[in-house]
Amino acid sequence: MPVAAEPIPAPLTAACAAVRTATPADAVAGVQPRIVAAPASTQEASALLRAAADLGLAVVPRGTGSRLDWGSPPERCDLVIETTRLDQVVEHAAGDLVAAVQAGVRLDRLAEVLGAAGQRLALDPPTLPGTSGGAGGTIGGVLATGAAGPLRLRYGTPRDLLIGITVVRADGAVAKSGGKVVKNVAGYDIGKLFAGSRGTLGLITQATFRLHPVPAETAYVTAECAAAVDACRVISVALESPASPVAAELDWPAVSDPVRVCVALEGDPAGVAGRAIALAGLVGHDAAPSVRPDPPPWWGAGPAAQPDGTVLQIAFWPGDLGMVLAEIRAAAEAAGLDPAVGGSAAAGVLYAALPPDGDPGAVATLVAVLRAAVGRGLPADSGHHLPESRQPLLRARSGARLTFADLRRGRAGADRPAANGQHGAGAAAEGAGTAGRARSGEGPPARANVVVLHAPPAVGDLVDLFGPVPSLALMRAVKNQFDPARTMAPGRFAGGI
Amino acid sequence: MTEHAPGPSTSHRSGGISQPPGPSAALTALIPRLAEACGPDTVITDPMELRTYECDGLTAHRCSPGLVVLPETAAQVAAVVRACAAAGVPFVARGSGTGLSGGALPRADGVLIVTARMRRIIEVDPASRRAIVEPGVTNLAVSQAAEPFGLFYAPDPSSQKICSVGGNVAENSGGAHCLKHGFTVHHVTGLEIVTPDGELTWLGDGTGAAPGYDLIGAFTGSEGTLGIVTKIVVRLTPVPQAVTTLLAAFETTGHGGAAVSAIIGAGILPAAIEMMDALAIEAAEAAVACRYPQGAGAVLIVELDGPETDVLGETAAVRKLAEQAGAFEIREAADPAERAAIWTGRRSAFAAVGRISPAYIVQDGVVPRTALPEVLDRISALSEQAGIRVANVFHAGDGNLHPLVLFDDSSPEQSAAAEVLSGAILDECIAHGGSITGEHGVGVDKSRYLPRMFGPDDLDTMQLLRCAFDPAGLCNPGKIFPTPRLCGEVPGVRRGPHPLVASGQAEIF
Repeated sequence: MPVAAEPIPAPLTAACAAVRTATPADAVAGVQPRIVAAPASTQEASALLRAAADLGLAVVPRGTGSRLDWGSPPERCDLVIETTRLDQVVEHAAGDLVAAVQAGVRLDRLAEVLGAAGQRLALDPPTLPGTSGGAGGTIGGVLATGAAGPLRLRYGTPRDLLIGITVVRADGAVAKSGGKVVKNVAGYDIGKLFAGSRGTLGLITQATFRLHPVPAETAYVTAECAAAVDACRVISVALESPASPVAAELDWPAVSDPVRVCVALEGDPAGVAGRAIALAGLVGHDAAPSVRPDPPPWWGAGPAAQPDGTVLQIAFWPGDLGMVLAEIRAAAEAAGLDPAVGGSAAAGVLYAALPPDGDPGAVATLVAVLRAAVGRGLPADSGHHLPESRQPLLRARSGARLTFADLRRGRAGADRPAANGQHGAGAAAEGAGTAGRARSGEGPPARANVVVLHAPPAVGDLVDLFGPVPSLALMRAVKNQFDPARTMAPGRFAGGI
Repeated sequence: MTEHAPGPSTSHRSGGISQPPGPSAALTALIPRLAEACGPDTVITDPMELRTYECDGLTAHRCSPGLVVLPETAAQVAAVVRACAAAGVPFVARGSGTGLSGGALPRADGVLIVTARMRRIIEVDPASRRAIVEPGVTNLAVSQAAEPFGLFYAPDPSSQKICSVGGNVAENSGGAHCLKHGFTVHHVTGLEIVTPDGELTWLGDGTGAAPGYDLIGAFTGSEGTLGIVTKIVVRLTPVPQAVTTLLAAFETTGHGGAAVSAIIGAGILPAAIEMMDALAIEAAEAAVACRYPQGAGAVLIVELDGPETDVLGETAAVRKLAEQAGAFEIREAADPAERAAIWTGRRSAFAAVGRISPAYIVQDGVVPRTALPEVLDRISALSEQAGIRVANVFHAGDGNLHPLVLFDDSSPEQSAAAEVLSGAILDECIAHGGSITGEHGVGVDKSRYLPRMFGPDDLDTMQLLRCAFDPAGLCNPGKIFPTPRLCGEVPGVRRGPHPLVASGQAEIF
């Protein structure tokens, strides 16, 4: 595509020292911008956005660009604002376990700085190849996409570790919220709103995070299971045991492959060693558990890290793991596809990846069938058996029948009351007739969601990448307040926001 | 101004009680509509009964509500809010009324929507580690419902026996153990809310990874200004295998603070680290005979939880670090009874100072943990200067101070000096990069301090969120923000009173 040869508007060059004409490599999901600017300070970014707003330019923020193809193509894109010159670790208060970081700082570099003091930002999103180096991307990018990896089970996602933020609004105004103390409830938490907002509300220029000590010891307990139901059981054993996992990942590259599970334990060296051996014992010989100080090669590099093709994120209530795995395989079967499946199974987030050359119609079928299945959720009485048609999808090779009751029993562990039929005196006192027994009809309309993180354009044309979104009207109202002229990454986010 | 006259910050003495005026025509017209929506015995109009709702846990601010309604279902809350919105009547939600910043202070010209009758635990899903509860359920009841499954609800504000989960969401409540386990916002994955225009909608789907903006994160801690929560999906946490509680006595808070730094510096993250100074210990001793070590200028309570072996190792390390920092006595609770004994003094501290002073202000400020010694010295100097005693109780692990400013409320000079001292402590917190509130919220009590922490553009940006949810400004108006800009107004330099204020159509306080 030919790049417009128009001169860069003077107000932009006046506002920012590093402004250039865009090249085809700067395209955002296929949309060619005219200009790329790289402000080196919040003030410069503010002047730049003010000038862009005056000129009516549509703006897309970019870090390393490793997740720039997430979401829909922008409706318009005139100016890409690159954060790579916002590259300062502003403050690392080791004694307070907090760090203030500019948006363009790369995760690997931050890890080096913090590691020198025995500390870390407990975020481990998959490393994706980017236009200017991957390495997990930048702080701003990770915040804007909400990307997280195995550690989300214990430490959550970027929004959970963020304690303060500085943003530049579409109109150029600079705003901060939160601060540099972990415990703080003064004013609205604008940081939460920007975390995961995909650049549609403004430009993040600086963020302050809560840090954690680098654990003295980490052990990885890996198991290989012949059937998915066994993998579910290993995960539930790990969660119910005193092992106290910080992560529990699942990897199932193809339907005919064994299902691998890896559980990470952190802490005191003596404690970790003991817990790892005990957990391996609980897992049982059939799954051939191994204990290692390093993660398996697939750790954090499963389907979530596939850079091209289609990657789906399936989020669900963790107790539905067996059902979700069965429905993913059923939908794939219906579509004639065989995706790689894996992710943070214990935290209720899985990914399914399909190669770039897959038939777009088939991918769309998979998404539609899967959304219909998990969106419907479990039957109201969740003590039901897994439907007959789904059972072979998780069945052990021995041919043993799998039921939902099996899965639930597996999860409930040996020494605790089963999920079915019992609940505590406290619940009874509150008049909870259904507590702990069955799924009420009063929860959220769906208890799972399927988001297409990225897909080839031909797939994007056929599917709604985000699916049904709760409270979309409120989200549109938020967008309209922050960006009434729709200049910030317009059309990239859920519901066309 | 309304008849609500802001009193001294966070004071626990009884303030002036104003006589409520009769309900306005707009309110009177609402009575049959609310009764129709919720049932005849759900609407309170009797002035004496209304008086019981005139304040929350912060008694210095009082105002009898125009009307009180006690809905039992989410649909009823929505109907009430729709009626208020249609009539242009402001409304305020209230849970158990234990808040400490006046966040649930009623409006004389408005409706107080009390969620106390919405007390069902709808579902406990141990396999998913989730529960769905109504907003009036008490914080502790959630943990009790989860207990048979080896789970608990981690946020534990000190009022957990009576405070409601709905109120916890509004305030983003923490508790002594939030150092390790996080605040309410880290444990909520879905909210059903009634929007300020009366629509019932879900924020999130309980997964913690719903598509779109993180409206759960934005709503939690918004102090009731963005809508009313009617159902909450909470995360449940496994009960730790082992818990150890240590009590260490030091000669000074400086030594105690050094121990805190050493513990954190060693890479240990206790569930809780609490400290009390000499005056707070004295008060607690007089009130509950907690029998803390004699002659202690400071006591530190450190609670460690987790897998057994790890806790054993960490306990030994903490003991050693505390000794190195100058601890002259260390006690270790061997069972729940001994643990409770150690916590008794700390838990009773706020009430206990009531026995050594006619009145007191509970302040809530935050500083970076490493600034604690310096800020404590400053507080001590400010206290001496003003001739006003200050007892210090604090969550040392996260730098959250609760200075208790003791004064005699029969003396106007002392009252005024206490108020000034209390504000000066907040200034110290801000000067050290901290916050004016760590857990009690801004409410009406601290709205005037918010501009000391945030600039006009910061506050305007927060107002954008407010305007997205509540363009009419009817949902708990007058809280958090000192001079909220009206939605639709172009931000900019304001000269003179706002036209709507000048014309009497709007008010700012």
